[in-house]
Amino acid sequence: MRTPAQLAEIWVYLSASPLLGLTVTLLAYQGAFWLYKRAGFHPLANPVLLAVAALVLLLKLTGTPYPTYFDGAQFVHFLLGPATVALAIPLYAQLPKLRTMAGPLLAALVVGSLTASVSAVAIGKLFGASEASLLSLAPKSVTTPIAMGIAERIGGLPSLTAVLVITTGILGAVSARFIYQALGIADHAVRGFAVGVASHGIGTARAFQVSEQAGAFSGLAMGLNALLTALLVPLLMPWLRDWL
Amino acid sequence: MLGALTILLVFQLIGEVIAQLLALPIPGPVIGMALLFAALALRGGPSPGLRDTAQNLLQHLSLLFVPAGVGVMLHFNRIGDEWLPLAVSLVGSTVLTIAVTALVLHFLTRREKAAGG
Repeated sequence: MRTPAQLAEIWVYLSASPLLGLTVTLLAYQGAFWLYKRAGFHPLANPVLLAVAALVLLLKLTGTPYPTYFDGAQFVHFLLGPATVALAIPLYAQLPKLRTMAGPLLAALVVGSLTASVSAVAIGKLFGASEASLLSLAPKSVTTPIAMGIAERIGGLPSLTAVLVITTGILGAVSARFIYQALGIADHAVRGFAVGVASHGIGTARAFQVSEQAGAFSGLAMGLNALLTALLVPLLMPWLRDWL
Repeated sequence: MLGALTILLVFQLIGEVIAQLLALPIPGPVIGMALLFAALALRGGPSPGLRDTAQNLLQHLSLLFVPAGVGVMLHFNRIGDEWLPLAVSLVGSTVLTIAVTALVLHFLTRREKAAGG
């Protein structure tokens, strides 16, 4: 039988090693995914949301700082890079459909990308968000690393942007099905593309759980919107500030 | 699987190098994705190994966002102060973006189909 002092020593040892952060991330995600599956893959039972909520609660209860946790979780975080590259493969499978839709896809991309940044800043301003928050909101629909880069360039807070980006991703993944049902949109290419423009990788993750085609078009939209937003938002920002 | 993972990392690396060299605002992995797509188009499709690895990796794409998502705990104070404008902006803008993008694409593809026959 170990004394509490010895147990505390084990805790001190483990909490300083990356093993714990990595293991709890995988455990929390698998628990969240199990619930998601039990809920029949209902969008409201989003696994990112459930896993993040469980982990934040755990870290708060044990008094573990985020950087300590991230030392372990970074190994999972790292895989975002190769996973983004891997999106080329399902996209390639959609090449014939992609060819027939090229023009409409580009038009929808430009309209969607502008809607995402302009409406976020305008609504935020209307409800009295601070300037730092508004600048952090502008790139909220693009994948985390690009959004953080854009926020830095226009004077926002990159780490706040990361949170807004993830929240936007979850919101899109949760709400997309209901929006499509209300609008009567059934084509999985259209559904995937729109959720990819609005909510990047988390929308794409959800789209892949719905169908391979939705996932491929969502991944495409995520990549294209990252590109376009990185070019547009820094150009648009001075104008948008005057206008507001 | 090891070969496939190496291919993905090599393309990511090439993407990162290009992004740095040309000082592009686009992240390396996105450039890597575009290059791999071009390579697949030239080669006529992925090998079965690459396809399986990609499928496995993308099946649990959600997991990869969890570590960054937990970073929300660093911003509880600001979120507490500004929760209303932030929440309305995120919900409103996300719903609007999905609806507008989907409607534009829906009507343009329908029109093209009608024009094409």
